[in-house]
Amino acid sequence: MNNDLFGFEINVWADAAARLGLIVGLMTVVVMGLIYGERKIIARFQQRLGPTRTGPAGLLQSVADALKLVAKEDVRPRSADPWVFELAPYFVFVPIFLMFVAIPFALRWEIRVLELGLFYVLAVSSVNIVGWVMAGWGSDNRYAMLGALRAAAQAISYELPLVMSLISVGIVADSFNLTEIVRSQGQVPNIVWQPLPFFLFFVAILAELNRTPFDIPVGESEVVGGPFVEYSGIRWSMFFLAEYAALFILALLGAAVFLGGWAWPLGEEWGLGWQLVLTALKAGALIFAVFWVRVTMPRLRIDQLMAFSWKVLLPISFVQVLANGLVLVYEPPQHIANILLAAVSGAGLLLVVWIMNHSVGKPRPRPVLSPRAATAPTATRSEAAR
Amino acid sequence: MTTVPFPHEHEFETQDLMINMGPQHPSTHGVFRMVLQVDGEVVRDVVPYIGYMHRGGEKLAETMDFRQGIGWMDRTEYLAQHNAELSYVMAVEALAELEVPERAQWIRMILCELNRLSSHFMFTGAFGTDAGIFGTAFVYSFREREVILDLFEEISGDRLMYAYFRPGGLAWDVPDNFARRVAEVLKSTRQGIKDMDGLLTENEIFRARTVDIGKISAADAIDWGCTGPVLRASGVPLDLRRTEPYLYYDQLDFDIITGTNGDVYDRFVVRVEEMRQSVRIIEQCMERLRPGPILPDRLPRMLRTPPGEVYLRTEAPRGEYGIYMVSRGGNRPHRLKIRSSCFANLQALRDMTIGSYVADAVVILGSLDIVLCEVDR
Repeated sequence: MNNDLFGFEINVWADAAARLGLIVGLMTVVVMGLIYGERKIIARFQQRLGPTRTGPAGLLQSVADALKLVAKEDVRPRSADPWVFELAPYFVFVPIFLMFVAIPFALRWEIRVLELGLFYVLAVSSVNIVGWVMAGWGSDNRYAMLGALRAAAQAISYELPLVMSLISVGIVADSFNLTEIVRSQGQVPNIVWQPLPFFLFFVAILAELNRTPFDIPVGESEVVGGPFVEYSGIRWSMFFLAEYAALFILALLGAAVFLGGWAWPLGEEWGLGWQLVLTALKAGALIFAVFWVRVTMPRLRIDQLMAFSWKVLLPISFVQVLANGLVLVYEPPQHIANILLAAVSGAGLLLVVWIMNHSVGKPRPRPVLSPRAATAPTATRSEAAR
Repeated sequence: MTTVPFPHEHEFETQDLMINMGPQHPSTHGVFRMVLQVDGEVVRDVVPYIGYMHRGGEKLAETMDFRQGIGWMDRTEYLAQHNAELSYVMAVEALAELEVPERAQWIRMILCELNRLSSHFMFTGAFGTDAGIFGTAFVYSFREREVILDLFEEISGDRLMYAYFRPGGLAWDVPDNFARRVAEVLKSTRQGIKDMDGLLTENEIFRARTVDIGKISAADAIDWGCTGPVLRASGVPLDLRRTEPYLYYDQLDFDIITGTNGDVYDRFVVRVEEMRQSVRIIEQCMERLRPGPILPDRLPRMLRTPPGEVYLRTEAPRGEYGIYMVSRGGNRPHRLKIRSSCFANLQALRDMTIGSYVADAVVILGSLDIVLCEVDR
């Protein structure tokens, strides 16, 4: 029983172990890099330098942080539910790593080619909310509880636009196999024909990742870290690791589904190295956009967040799926189909932008200037009462 | 025979959740505690607790002579120190009937307005963090505040606790390059105000979070004793610089900013616009600043005041900062009472917060711009 691991004949069990080791090893390194990158990028946005002291240009900062976290005491509140509290990080951590299985990095470079890869990724990604609620419930802390409930509401609401946006791309690509979806984008990436699903996807992953402006469950100034408020040391760092791993994986997914992954613009003939570079660049661009939004946007309120999902994103994503189906069921010639899809999707995107501009925060007149002749305050209720 | 009702005939018994926000919480601006009674995400009741920073400041000030008391004022209002000192020294001057030289008055005005700028920068930064921006507003406004603090350090020798005003004038004259430095500070400040406007005021999410949140009517604001930007945001043009001018404010040309709606957004924008007015005031002061003495000619080494009492108030960045001082002769006040602007503004918190969301409670508290040291004294 031998398997093919990147061209080598290898025993099935050794193959599984090798792939597992690859995931865990790669992810740890990538997450450390992401944390360093985020700190540096955000620092530049804020006219700071970021980490500079640990290693050359602060490159070892993440290593130092990891060592500190491992060395810290793992505190469990006395009133916490021990099992729920201690198992919660795994429930967040493991599903994120499972998502990794179906992501294509380059031609024939994925852990497993799954025929329903897109479906699998979505199914697995929604499991981790269980871990969040467990963390919030098990901590026996009211901030944690509030944060966990917010997280659950948010994850459920934004799961639907995420699914719908990916389904509409699946319809266009005629496959749920991620490798096939990437391959079909050799000429033009999906974002051109499907701008609205890309927008929905980006907004939804911001919410899935609890990133600004949707960082409501962990809002530092409100619920002080939400479900993580009681966690410390290694358990907390597992949440952290999962958060950045999810960011990386969802960015890879976005790169593969919307930006053409390894296929666009080089095609299949170019070597593995170029394809990996392409994938990394596209995922990096998405990650950079997430960081960028984080430093410039305030946080939405929970009711505004829910309203935006259920009243705007979800209906319009249903319309997109229906439109894609309607266009493709009549099997028009390829170029006409593409133009129709792009037109419908672009119109939908414009509609969403219009709604955002007109429903959220209407412009208000600037305050009145009282010039020099301003008089004393006018009559008030209390004066009238006297 | 008694009938046992089916479970669905009962409504589920629900209970409001009590959330203890503070005294250690990132957005209570110091050691302030409020107990929120929340129904889901909606705040049903809020009980604020103050006093964690109480240091007996008013009693302590009775043991300090008039020069020492100035330093104590810095410690009550640690974001607008010059303004706090101003009320104190003006109260002493009123008791001792001291004449203050013209140059000292102009410099006082410049420093007080600069302090208003630095205090409002602190507000915009902290408020951005309350609204959920990850530090960007904070860093931008601290950059501007730092420029102003550098100037204060050059003048007084200290970054925060200046103790630069004296009964009768100033401790010493400003450095020779004062005019050039002020011009530099104003240049960067103008840019900073523009930056804050672009980053926050124009942001759709920021508007969604602040417009029509924490509203208070003009009548309610007056009843609670609110002053400063909190009152002006509700549409009451009460500014002591205009209504009962002190120093030389009556000679200057500036506008009083009033809001229309009395919500969080108005309180924010009123402060931003006030910063623009402060820049105008400082420019006019710099034109009128002439060389001259900065202390009266004959000032006793140990200042004693005749018996009497005085209440003197000035417009600090957060509102009316008043000093009630009783003297029975001697070199220290017999009784000192500080009329704290934040203390009065904070009283309106409960009315503003009830019925809003938990996230709004944070923003509303931030919009009041409290300094806990001043509230508790």
